[in-house]
Amino acid sequence: MSRARGPDRDQQRSAQGTGRAQPSRRERAMVEPAEFRSYYGRPIVKEPAWEQPDVPLYLFLGGAAGASASMAAMARVSDLPRLARAGTLVAAGGSLASVAALIHDLGRPERFLYMLRVFKPTSPLSVGSWILAPFSGLATVSTVSLLTGKLRPIGTLAGNAAGLLGPAMCTYTAVLLADTATPAWHEGRRELPVLFAGSAATSGAGAALLLVPTREVAPARNLGLAGAAAEVVAEHRLEHNLGVVSETYRHGRAGTLLKAGKALTAVGAGLSLLSTRSRVASVAAGAAYLAAGVCTRFGVYTAGVASSRDPKYTVVPQRERMAQHGSAVQ
Amino acid sequence: MSESGYADTQPRMGFFTDTSVCIGCKACEVACKEWNLVPASGSSGDGEMDLLGLSYDNTGDLGSNSWRHVAFIEQQVPASRVDNLGMPTIGAPDQQDETGVRWLMSSDVCKHCTHAACLDVCPTGALFRTEFDTVVVQPDICNGCGYCVPACPYGVIEKREDDGRAFKCTLCYDRIGDGLEPACAKACPTESIQYGELDVLRLRAAERKQELHADGVTEARLYGENPDDGVGGTGAFFLLLDEPEVYGLPPDPVVTTRDLPGMWRRAGAAALGVAAAVVASFVGARR
Ligand code: SF4
Ligand code: SF4
Repeated sequence: MSRARGPDRDQQRSAQGTGRAQPSRRERAMVEPAEFRSYYGRPIVKEPAWEQPDVPLYLFLGGAAGASASMAAMARVSDLPRLARAGTLVAAGGSLASVAALIHDLGRPERFLYMLRVFKPTSPLSVGSWILAPFSGLATVSTVSLLTGKLRPIGTLAGNAAGLLGPAMCTYTAVLLADTATPAWHEGRRELPVLFAGSAATSGAGAALLLVPTREVAPARNLGLAGAAAEVVAEHRLEHNLGVVSETYRHGRAGTLLKAGKALTAVGAGLSLLSTRSRVASVAAGAAYLAAGVCTRFGVYTAGVASSRDPKYTVVPQRERMAQHGSAVQ
Repeated sequence: MSESGYADTQPRMGFFTDTSVCIGCKACEVACKEWNLVPASGSSGDGEMDLLGLSYDNTGDLGSNSWRHVAFIEQQVPASRVDNLGMPTIGAPDQQDETGVRWLMSSDVCKHCTHAACLDVCPTGALFRTEFDTVVVQPDICNGCGYCVPACPYGVIEKREDDGRAFKCTLCYDRIGDGLEPACAKACPTESIQYGELDVLRLRAAERKQELHADGVTEARLYGENPDDGVGGTGAFFLLLDEPEVYGLPPDPVVTTRDLPGMWRRAGAAALGVAAAVVASFVGARR
């Protein structure tokens, strides 16, 4: 049972009247403690009902698969067969594993096909299912053709189609998280697509750095560097531009995971500069990028959970909004 | 067409919960469980009774197994504001005390939002809008994806752990279809929970608020009644005697799908960025 049971009793008691958010010691000097009232300090919104590791892995694998499919398509036209092969395999493996993680997370897994019962533009999970299902199908066809050597033209066509869907695979999950009342995700709706795009690019590049010989690895190195840059910018914004909610990206387990992710991305980017000369450096860079991707996705997920457990992150931003725009309660 | 998109075949039905007359008897909680066969629940959801130590509240919050939840708030107020219920006491009545305890009690429920986030995000179509303009889950369609749970800005709907599917108040869909009032409203002894046509309830609520203001209860306010709020107004709205967050309600809830076009634009731009980065990565790479 994963129902969050918020702050300890003392704080619950005091939260009855006017509660004071307890900032960490380091922060106390910089930020005014947020004043807010609550019902015994209990959460207002529900914690995301998804399981860990299912959903963070689903985010990671889907992103890596999407970037890999696009890379594979470009590698085919650029006559880089080893990179094309690695990208194709990762696209199929990653997306199938992503589908498996999603199904495993359902309360009624046998009803997984109900995801395709309707197409609902208002539901990012519906839109996502309609991206993920054809993507994983196409990537699988392409891989089977690659491994068996049969139906090559169809395999190439399927691979290219997956490559076109790849970028959508990288970013739809950001909307999936942002379209919730989970404060850290909804407040971060402008930054999450950029972060997820960057993280997908570094993860896809990481898999290629791990699998592809030095003479074909240059595009993966380039893509990884671009992804790393996007990640750093978006993460900095999440950590500093969301008012009180930014705390959830800096503190606790989420803060630790995101810091680890950043460090690993930096290591991966640095090592990748040597990847066209040293196979060892290439493998190490790839491993660092992949580990970074896992840390980042789990970090974002954990920040969301933390923000839903403390009513402060629901009440304070809403009160600030009301102070700006006037109240709807009369 | 109504604001929620339903063709007007019959008036929108809802609840007006006047918390100023709630006595905290929890008859609504019990009646709801009885009628809807909602499993027993402690706050831990394991069917064991939980004593939360939060005044008389041992339900804690709304959830899959609690479709009504009575909140109890004890506040220190000047003695003049304490309700004198004329209860027997021991010893001489002490009128010198400068402060006393004021009780706030409120029976919370699914808001049946005009723009319902849970319904918007449900990928299977399990959640739907009824002819009464209420929001209901179809248990034979729900696959337990759990998306509705974090989507609800009020933290109402929840996955039932041992069942896997999501559950919440149906506004007694089976009863109101037969012209009966919902079980909770029927059981409420003080008419704190009033069921009826939303338009009528809104008028009645406005009158009640004015009445209370005239009596000096200036803190009385309506919550969820305004069709211009972040969810387009709610089908179940409240008269509160303090700020919403004191009752565990969000002060300014929004349906996050309101921002969906902007979010898809951002994601689309980011996806184009990925495509451009991939293409650019291959510049000069051809062997
Ligand atoms: S209160 Fe929550 S569960 Fe009820 S209709 Fe609104 S969004 Fe859905
Ligand atoms: S858990 Fe059920 S009701 Fe909720 S969004 Fe998923 S399918 Fe719809």
